[in-house]
Amino acid sequence: MSKKVLNLARNNAVPIMFVIICAIFIPMSGFSTSYLLNEIITRMGRNLFLVLCLLFPIMAGMGLNFGMTLGAMAAEIAIIFVADWQIWGVPGIVLAMILSIPLSVALGWLCGTLMNMARGREMITGYIMNFFITGWYQFIVLYVMGGVIPILHASIQLPRGFGIRNTVSLLNMRQYLDDLLAIRISGVKIPVLTFLVIGMLCLFIVWFRRTKLGQDMRAVGQDMEVARAAGIKVERTRILSIIMSTVFAGFGMVIYLQNMGNLPTYTGHSQIGMFCIAALLVGGASVEKATIGNAFLGVILFHLMFIVAPKAGGFITGDTMVGEYFRVFLSYGVITVALIMYEAKKRMVRSRVGQELAAAQKEGEGAQ
Amino acid sequence: MTNNSTPLLQMQNIKKDFFGNQVLTDINFTLGAGQVLGLCGENGAGKSTLMKILFGMDVIRETGGYSGDVLLDGQKIQFNTPFDALEAGIGMVHQEFSLIPGFTATENILLNREPQKKNFVSEIFGERLNTLDYKEMDRRSAAAIEKMGVKIDADMTVNNMPVGHKQFTEIARELSKDQLKLLILDEPTAVLTEREAEALLASIRSMAAKGISVIFITHRLHEILSVCDQVVVMRDGYVVRDVPAQETSVSDITKWMVGRDIKGSAAVAESRDHVDAKTILSIQHLWVDMPGEIVRDVNLDVKEGEILGIGGLAGQGKLGIPNGVMGLYEAGGTVTFAGKEIPLNNPRQCLNESLAFVSEDRREVGLLLDESLEWNVAFPAMQIQEKFLKKLLGGCVKWRDEKAIHGVTQKYIDALQIKCTSSKQKAKELSGGNQQKVCLAKAFALEPKFLFVSEPTRGIDVGAKTLVLDALKQFNRDSGVTIVMISSELEELRQTCDRIAIISGGQVAGILPAAASSEEFGMLMVSQVK
Repeated sequence: MSKKVLNLARNNAVPIMFVIICAIFIPMSGFSTSYLLNEIITRMGRNLFLVLCLLFPIMAGMGLNFGMTLGAMAAEIAIIFVADWQIWGVPGIVLAMILSIPLSVALGWLCGTLMNMARGREMITGYIMNFFITGWYQFIVLYVMGGVIPILHASIQLPRGFGIRNTVSLLNMRQYLDDLLAIRISGVKIPVLTFLVIGMLCLFIVWFRRTKLGQDMRAVGQDMEVARAAGIKVERTRILSIIMSTVFAGFGMVIYLQNMGNLPTYTGHSQIGMFCIAALLVGGASVEKATIGNAFLGVILFHLMFIVAPKAGGFITGDTMVGEYFRVFLSYGVITVALIMYEAKKRMVRSRVGQELAAAQKEGEGAQ
Repeated sequence: MTNNSTPLLQMQNIKKDFFGNQVLTDINFTLGAGQVLGLCGENGAGKSTLMKILFGMDVIRETGGYSGDVLLDGQKIQFNTPFDALEAGIGMVHQEFSLIPGFTATENILLNREPQKKNFVSEIFGERLNTLDYKEMDRRSAAAIEKMGVKIDADMTVNNMPVGHKQFTEIARELSKDQLKLLILDEPTAVLTEREAEALLASIRSMAAKGISVIFITHRLHEILSVCDQVVVMRDGYVVRDVPAQETSVSDITKWMVGRDIKGSAAVAESRDHVDAKTILSIQHLWVDMPGEIVRDVNLDVKEGEILGIGGLAGQGKLGIPNGVMGLYEAGGTVTFAGKEIPLNNPRQCLNESLAFVSEDRREVGLLLDESLEWNVAFPAMQIQEKFLKKLLGGCVKWRDEKAIHGVTQKYIDALQIKCTSSKQKAKELSGGNQQKVCLAKAFALEPKFLFVSEPTRGIDVGAKTLVLDALKQFNRDSGVTIVMISSELEELRQTCDRIAIISGGQVAGILPAAASSEEFGMLMVSQVK
């Protein structure tokens, strides 16, 4: 019995750690329950879609997709156009999603192809891809837009005549999706439509696991060589999983931006991948296994920590900045710890095989 | 089966060489529908190559194809990929499991052949978004398991299964293919317990009764006699015997497998007696977890100054012994060297104790392929024993002694007749045989007291073989180094060693002098095959 509890604790060490941190910080921060609930619900609506898009590459054994940022960039480019054309409200949101698809597919294909070349190092490849594509993104946004592609409205253009301003206001789009069917329960706003969209993605993921492609992805994820020997097109399957992840990341980014109400043109996507991955890991996922439940739990815990940490830091040291540092430090720390624990667990399993062999031998001796 | 119909499979004059190294010569045999053919032979006799040809494996095409004809149902066939072979109704169960660990038996049995249902999404985006028909999957896997005749749990995931069930899952996967006419089983019982092996044999009989032909490769000869209709014995790339199973016996097959013509084989080494010599290396209860070469419980004493051979069939654990002692794979037990116990899992400690190891894996472990011969020969000695170093400023700065390095490399190039343009040539530019010699030179340069040599002649031609073996003998005689040589080729062990230990089932099956007869060795090799 105690062994079972110990095993459960060991397998869920990261979420348990975060529950404890939150339990300590919440009273220190002094926030009211309704405020916290409101914030958490808002952030779930804002981030869950983005976090869920990470599940596809994990299914295909490609680890945490740092390359999801590419989808975010595609969405940003799409939303700049939509803002320039002055198509606002829900139609604008839907149009931005549709516009982001071709870009996301192209970038996802590129990313997946490169990851196939760098097999076994998908995560670092995805991470470096961010920097590479960010360079192209900046080139397009700084020079091509307004320079080559005409930008109609001066409000989003830099005064020099080409390039996009640091911030693009999406005020006429702000929380349109969230507010459309929103209901209020004792002061807590619930963005029903956003949650419906997220729910549809969850249903899609559940359904997708039961499709031929989903089955192939799981097979490829567990043993590429066996899958190949069975005739599954391994490379193609892996690329498809990255493309799907990138496209959904684009949708997720549009949802994220409509909630925020403005687009920080040059920094909007820079932390997205990192925070989504940290959230998923906080929810108890590992590099090779993640569920929808992990994503929900992770977003709740990670963002709860995010909300309370600055205030709690202020309470402890009298300086809010310390809390600010603390939460950044924690999010990077989580990724590091989770990756190390994953390696350590793999090694433990390997040495257990040896121990079993030794035990079997001892038994054999006893029998003699 | 009616006699006037064409046999299911005919192999006619199959020849195959790997870059001039003839591995199959004039292979002929036929197999009727519903017949079971037992294929046996020592390692390297050409069984696997023959099956690779039949199964259309890429390696055959990449190395220049084969000559001769393979006829299936009287039609000449030429497979370019294993998928063609599967299409034509040939199924193969390999020695290594080819299963997805997190999938259930059902999912594995129907891997990539899952029955599917259309839906509106797949109408738009293509067939891969069809949903799986789980009911139909259960039905088909149950049918395949039923056909096999051995009960396994279809819903258990593979990583929770005992080894035997994994094997049965693989077989059921082949049986679930409707077009299956011929099933190749490559040592399927090697990993099974006695009872599981019995079940497998029963299932082979029931498959044959349903009209599926089986080629059954095994080292457990009594199994062949109990289930096969026909026995084909291979040796050195030839079919030496093709007889009905009723007309033969285990001892006959053993003799055909290992027995060479006396004239053809080189002289057995003059056996020296080291009974009085002290024990230099003592291995007690050694276990090693090396994939594919698991050592279970080895007890072995090596006398000072002798050459001890370790032989046995592939996968029985002979390679695990040096790798375990030298700390390259997880191991346990006690190893005493010159009266001192050496810690396991610590390669550096072994090297400090003046043990050296020439690995069977010369490309991965043995050589620095991008470096010159000089570096390859001198590097370990420099690193471990600080040889070939000039000390300046009272030892604060250590300088490579290029002249000494060049000297020692040249010495071994001459002694071992390494074919190269100069001692500065890169190791990867040499042929396999010469690379092997560089590995030996490297070990010799360490001037060890004790040397493990693993598969020293793997992949090198006959002329180079003799040279390598002679060099080992010479080194043993001149410097008094104790050598333990591991090889799958019994003949070369008999030419070189004083005593030969045979490993079977992860244990020492027996130790014989080199002069003992091939039959005795053969019996030991198969004695504990599990």
